[in-house]
Amino acid sequence: MAIARNKREQMGLTGNSAVAMAMKQVNPDVFPAYPITPSTTVVEEFSSYVADGAVDTEFIAVESEHSAMSACVGAAAAGARVMTATSSQGLALMWEVLYIASGLRLPIVLCDGNRALSSPINIHCDHSDTMGARDSGWIHLYSETVQEAYDNIFQAVRIAEHPDVMLPVMVCLDGFITTHAIENVTPIGDEEAQEFVGEYKAKNSLLDTDNPVTVGAMALQEPYMVFKYQQSEAIKKAKDVVIEVGKEFEEKFGREYGLFESYRLEDAEVAVVILSSAAGTTKVAVDELRARGKKVGLLRPRLFRPLPHAEIAEALKGLKVVACLDRTDSMSGFGGPLFNDVRSVLYEVENRPLIFGRIFGLGGRDYQVKDALAVFEELLSTLETGKVDELIKYITFDPEAPLSVDGSGC
Amino acid sequence: MATLKDFAKKEELFTGGHRLCSGCGIPPIVRLVLRNYETPVVAANATGCLEVATTIYPYSAWRIPWIHSAFENTAATISGVETAYRALKKRGKIPGGDKDIKFIAFGGDGGTYDIGLQSLSGALERGHNFLYLCYDNGAYMNTGIQRSSATPFGCNTTTSPAGTVIKGKLEKRKDLTRIVVAHNVPYAAQASPHNWSDLAKKTQKAINTKGPTFLNVISPCPLGWYTKPEDSNKHARLAVESCYWPLYEVEDGVLRVTYKPKKKVSMEEWLKPQGRFKHIFKPGAEGLLEEIQSQVDEYWEKLLEFDGKPVY
Amino acid sequence: MSDKKSPPIGGVIERGGTAHEYTTGGWRKFKPVVDHEKCINCLICWVVCPDSAIIAEEGKMIGFDMEHCKGCGLCASECPDKITAITMEEEAD
Repeated sequence: MAIARNKREQMGLTGNSAVAMAMKQVNPDVFPAYPITPSTTVVEEFSSYVADGAVDTEFIAVESEHSAMSACVGAAAAGARVMTATSSQGLALMWEVLYIASGLRLPIVLCDGNRALSSPINIHCDHSDTMGARDSGWIHLYSETVQEAYDNIFQAVRIAEHPDVMLPVMVCLDGFITTHAIENVTPIGDEEAQEFVGEYKAKNSLLDTDNPVTVGAMALQEPYMVFKYQQSEAIKKAKDVVIEVGKEFEEKFGREYGLFESYRLEDAEVAVVILSSAAGTTKVAVDELRARGKKVGLLRPRLFRPLPHAEIAEALKGLKVVACLDRTDSMSGFGGPLFNDVRSVLYEVENRPLIFGRIFGLGGRDYQVKDALAVFEELLSTLETGKVDELIKYITFDPEAPLSVDGSGC
Repeated sequence: MATLKDFAKKEELFTGGHRLCSGCGIPPIVRLVLRNYETPVVAANATGCLEVATTIYPYSAWRIPWIHSAFENTAATISGVETAYRALKKRGKIPGGDKDIKFIAFGGDGGTYDIGLQSLSGALERGHNFLYLCYDNGAYMNTGIQRSSATPFGCNTTTSPAGTVIKGKLEKRKDLTRIVVAHNVPYAAQASPHNWSDLAKKTQKAINTKGPTFLNVISPCPLGWYTKPEDSNKHARLAVESCYWPLYEVEDGVLRVTYKPKKKVSMEEWLKPQGRFKHIFKPGAEGLLEEIQSQVDEYWEKLLEFDGKPVY
Repeated sequence: MSDKKSPPIGGVIERGGTAHEYTTGGWRKFKPVVDHEKCINCLICWVVCPDSAIIAEEGKMIGFDMEHCKGCGLCASECPDKITAITMEEEAD
């Protein structure tokens, strides 16, 4: 992320602290939450801000994530600006209400510290939680760094509340890898933050008792599809709003945000498409191979829902081979969601690149520069042969080497 | 105490044109309860008969702000609404200017005793300022009369059918009012729509008590009880006169039975006209009616022991 | 109702009590009839009516809202025994 000018002193912050700080600066009306690893400290720190009077927010310590999202829905329908944080099983428990939030067109902002879903239970990073909610009608922003997660919170508020959008947004950052790692962050000032997010005024509010609205009515065969069409059009429009808000953020704070990040992609022949923190690791491999004269690059989607399909197609069209790396398996028997989406996006491209999918780092399994290099080697050999050897494969993992008895080695 | 003439002069906040069954027990409860508010009120409604039949787009029977989210989360939903009120009040951002607003949540026995119990418990414990009203018709009537934990012992439902071997529901009712009381809420009561003045008094207490309050109101269901629509009120009355549905309240921890029948009606008299119990009057179900009667008697005696005494 | 071409988003019904515009009178097989000579205006019928279909004005029972009355007969069966001002009659086809 290019930082054009430093307005503020840098601070060392964990991802969760940075997110909690951004939420403090937004100073929402209501914050219902239930703590869960690895996003717990967002909830803890935010509740401390409430306890210390640093925010005007009403914090609701609900008894479950299902109730957290339900209270978010109630508060947002009452016209409040609402935020929450969760991870993994927590997001899974919210699942039913996620659809209600988007269907009711409530601009809730949620921060998810990405964590693997049970079973087996695992507290570490992968994307199975938010990928499971990819079709819930929420806008999904994936963050590579602590800085980006911080910046995304402010932008998420603006995107969600934009009159053309009015949809909830989830800001995703990698569990532990980003939520708990301390990185340098350049925060924005409290006043600047307030100025950027502005004041929210809901069109309808349950508290407008002189104009009683009915929210959540039953819509049968005819009206149901009307509202789903409206929702579909709104999430499509969100793409332009993400660009617009990103530009405004860049103008004000000097950090550039778009639909995705292209890294050394201009003249690349092969590239990796990958989300979040693992993109950082992959960029090291890109630099190393570029130094050896290899034409390699990377594309890191930031906006995953809505899928900026035309823009991704445009960005990848000159490539010969693409590898999509998913930190989750959709268990369809056909690779991960990123692979499937990007492969579909490329269908319309003339002389489309070859593509393969790799599943990596499930349950927090390490993804290192050597793993990225191995993928690029595969890409380069595919470039040479013109043939994909294996369409989908697990990496960072050897199916031939079983776990030792104590589960430690493989 | 307001008379029916007083109540009838107030605005009807729940209109006709809803699609609840003919003779349904729920609307008279809702109509009367809403008339007890002196301030604007906002409602949340769990999925169920009341929700489905009153808000079929674009027709809403509600002249108050109303929200439905899902089946099990109505207490959490109203928590959010009520908290938003406090947050926006603090910031001077209540639409139309600052005013006193009250909050009510409606749920059937399915949405309250069963799937919504956790959400209710959480909201009660957190102490939100709202009234939760459960209309208890003793089964999942909206989806076709499946048993709930509020279904009476021995009752026939589509998931506790009276078969040749098993004679209806084998488990006793969950005592939800007692569970709510165990949250140490300032006010909880059981009521019946046939006794409108008792229901109105309890509603007023519930509305005017700060903190979470609870009303469990029996709601006759012609569809699920297999009774005549014109008999709904009669069946509510018999439920109370038989002591199956005692009218009582727990105010600041002290229990008070608000109605004691002069002469208890037998369970036979109440159950016999109800199709959901017809199997217990047929050969092969010997002893079942006696078992039901002794359960009801035992519970009523226990309740009387607590009359006028602190329960927590 | 709002503009059918672009209803408010999220399925919100922006106006309260629109169900009043929906007729349920067609559900009736029997209709209530009141004898005002007998009626003592106790308003029991009004409180038990599930369809808000008893019209009461100035504390008096005026009649029925036949657009919404479903003909359940609760008003007739709850009319005090000694009064029986309301009776149910079969609807003409």
